[in-house]
Amino acid sequence: MNQIERPDKAALVQMFRAFIEPEYVISDEETQRPYECDGLSVYCDMPLIVVLPDTVEQVQEVMRLCHRYQIPVVARGAGTGLCAGAMPNPDGVLLVLSRFKHILEIDPLARSARLQPGVRNLAISEAASIYGLYYGPDPSSQIACTIGGNVAENSGGVHCLKYGLTVHNLLKVEMVTVEGDLISIGSEGLDSNGFDLMALITGSEGLLGIVTEVTVKLLPSPEKAQVIMAAFDNVQTAGDAVGDVIAKGIIPAGLEMMDSLAIIAAEAFVHAGYPTDAKALLLCELDGSEAEVKEQIAEVEQLFIELGATSTRVSQSEAERALLWKGRKSAFPAVGRISADYYCMDGTIPRSQLAHVLTEMEKLSEHYGLRVANVFHAGDGNLHPLILFDANVPGDFEKTEEFGGRILELCVKVGGCITGEHGVGIEKIRQMRVQFNEQELRQFHAIKNAFDPAGTLNPGKGIPVLKNCQEYRALDMRKGDTGKSESMQQGEHA
Amino acid sequence: MKDNDISHELIERVKQASADGTKLKIMGGGSKHFMGRQSEGEPLNLAEHSGIVSYEPIELVLTARAGTPLVEINAALAEHNQRLAFEPPLFDGKATLGGTLACHLSGPGRPWNGSVRDHVLGIRLINGRAEELRFGGQVMKNVAGYDVSRMQAGAMGTLGVISEVSLKVMPMPAATITLKREMNAAQAITEMNRLAGQSKPLTAACWFDNHLYLRLEGARSAVDSTVSQWQGTVLEDGDNLWTQLREQQLDYFSSQDAPLWRFSVNSNAEHFLPAEDWLLDWGGSQRWLRGDFAVDELEALAERAGGQVSLYRGGDRLQDVFHTQPEALRQLHQRLKKAFDPNGIFNPGRLYSWM
Repeated sequence: MNQIERPDKAALVQMFRAFIEPEYVISDEETQRPYECDGLSVYCDMPLIVVLPDTVEQVQEVMRLCHRYQIPVVARGAGTGLCAGAMPNPDGVLLVLSRFKHILEIDPLARSARLQPGVRNLAISEAASIYGLYYGPDPSSQIACTIGGNVAENSGGVHCLKYGLTVHNLLKVEMVTVEGDLISIGSEGLDSNGFDLMALITGSEGLLGIVTEVTVKLLPSPEKAQVIMAAFDNVQTAGDAVGDVIAKGIIPAGLEMMDSLAIIAAEAFVHAGYPTDAKALLLCELDGSEAEVKEQIAEVEQLFIELGATSTRVSQSEAERALLWKGRKSAFPAVGRISADYYCMDGTIPRSQLAHVLTEMEKLSEHYGLRVANVFHAGDGNLHPLILFDANVPGDFEKTEEFGGRILELCVKVGGCITGEHGVGIEKIRQMRVQFNEQELRQFHAIKNAFDPAGTLNPGKGIPVLKNCQEYRALDMRKGDTGKSESMQQGEHA
Repeated sequence: MKDNDISHELIERVKQASADGTKLKIMGGGSKHFMGRQSEGEPLNLAEHSGIVSYEPIELVLTARAGTPLVEINAALAEHNQRLAFEPPLFDGKATLGGTLACHLSGPGRPWNGSVRDHVLGIRLINGRAEELRFGGQVMKNVAGYDVSRMQAGAMGTLGVISEVSLKVMPMPAATITLKREMNAAQAITEMNRLAGQSKPLTAACWFDNHLYLRLEGARSAVDSTVSQWQGTVLEDGDNLWTQLREQQLDYFSSQDAPLWRFSVNSNAEHFLPAEDWLLDWGGSQRWLRGDFAVDELEALAERAGGQVSLYRGGDRLQDVFHTQPEALRQLHQRLKKAFDPNGIFNPGRLYSWM
């Protein structure tokens, strides 16, 4: 392709304003500022231009223009992501899809919903509730995060052991390619002929295309859901209890664990009645028909008691169930109250390795002199260690980042992976080399190349550059010039 | 039980083929020759690459080499009261794990329990550069890198040699009951969709010979209470019906020589070609049609029903048998094929004539 000379910023702004209302083409620093980062605010940068189109045709036109001049494009939804996947590119366009917030259609009989990408996750279930239906994946940020972002990250939540991740709950996606063509992936049927492009797109972090419409499956709301809370005086027993529930042939709707520090922080924050002297707390939710839930709650409570639970409590009302979950869902901001800043990790491990991983983490915690609180999607092995630090103490964040990296390496070593649901973005790009070898990374690049030969879609994210490792230098430079005063508290996230 | 690792041999064969341009026809148990287009190539036999590598019942994860027969996996799982919830067809015991993923075959429970693709956690894949690569893993959640593992589902082996697969496994349901009701196809479609919207332990719904069949699975109490609330007579030996449906051993599948078409459509799409010979499965989203038809006509009907059609068995297998791809997707397929298999050695033409 012939290199066409790129217009300067003012000329580009003019070009975008020719087809997008002027106030939705943002080029001044002050108005751009809120877009400089996503939920992981320690990584930030200013884009060249922010655009907020509100029709698919406008998105196509943005892509065509950027393609013509080889301008990087970073897509952004609500900006709740936790891996700096939506951090702007300083030479590029930030394509914000928040104006695409309409629920286009709900088909109650076929149990599906057709959505614009900027529809909030929780809004889907709210709209579907009048039909007795809901949308399965429920990341803790569901009040704010959007379905387009959920597709980009393959978001999970506390219910994914039973109901799956985003990838299991999609039927169809409309996507604008880097060239500006609109393609349709998947169908209203449960599978499509040819390659499973849906699997490839889901979790691709905006590296392969811009999602402009999403059709999701809806599930019937369970007749009944009840949660049982069990306290244990050591983490190993609590971990074993999780395995024993599953060995009984019961798949809970949600199965979460918190360690001592997380319990204390959450209790102080929401007063859910968590026993603050416990070393580990399990929250196990069972759902289904009335009869089934009654039968299984009794079975699980009996099991926890036999295994030595120091106390158990079964929710007796919807309000009590919500309260017990509130502590868990607020664990991140709760931890934020006991520390100046925290850094959330997202490794996955085989459950049997939990005690070993926690012990090793304690050693690392001592080594670095930084405290760690743990919340754990115990059912599916997704661990969220929260490293407590103070960004105003010089060197603290660097230490934290190194500590976090060691945790992820530990996860890979025991047979797990570096990210279960938050994604790689810019944040975990170094650890990609721990999980994948050079040949595997080369295969990823070949896939990327099939969609985006010039590499203008979200460059520098997701997959590390081979050999010369340019993005490492970019990362180090960025770290050198950001003030560390920004809080990393990200509100409610899984 | 065979435990045999021939991955080095497989890699050498691929390396050689890549160097001299030999086309390879990937084979497992040979149970799914009838699927896809007819393709030529030197057989690359995966049947010898067999055995369960690891199985952790409480982790709900099993890893096995691609040539492992499904019957062997099912037997190992049954010892711990677990199963493959996507109910793959066993095809006289010949079906292997690798072939099941490559052909994306799942049984009657698919709309409720997920497909083989939904249960895949990770794979080893030998690409066209003879590199054995690992994607995904043995944990339930993994969003690092592109999802190459699930992408293999339905690729018919055209992206590489799947050499090992890790899967999520699930507990066996405690109780199963099948209900039977008389009604026509159009009524059945409405009824299957209506019932699937209720929070009941429904895990399969099909219609043929003017009867609707519903399978309830789960906790004893949940199954029993649903039977008391729903219409229909309890079918003795109901399990046998679902097995025969899964294995395509029902009279519908065996009684004729006519081509068998598979529609994957919106579960609630209106019944079309009502005078023809249909079997409806997956609560209405997988529909089988017997007979000689023009492909164009069926593709138009499938698209109107929100989905696609393929020529599943029989008919002319030198022509394209899978739903026509629009030009933009066709190009994307060709570029992805090249990304995995630059010399075009794996199952050429098996998925589409142009690839």
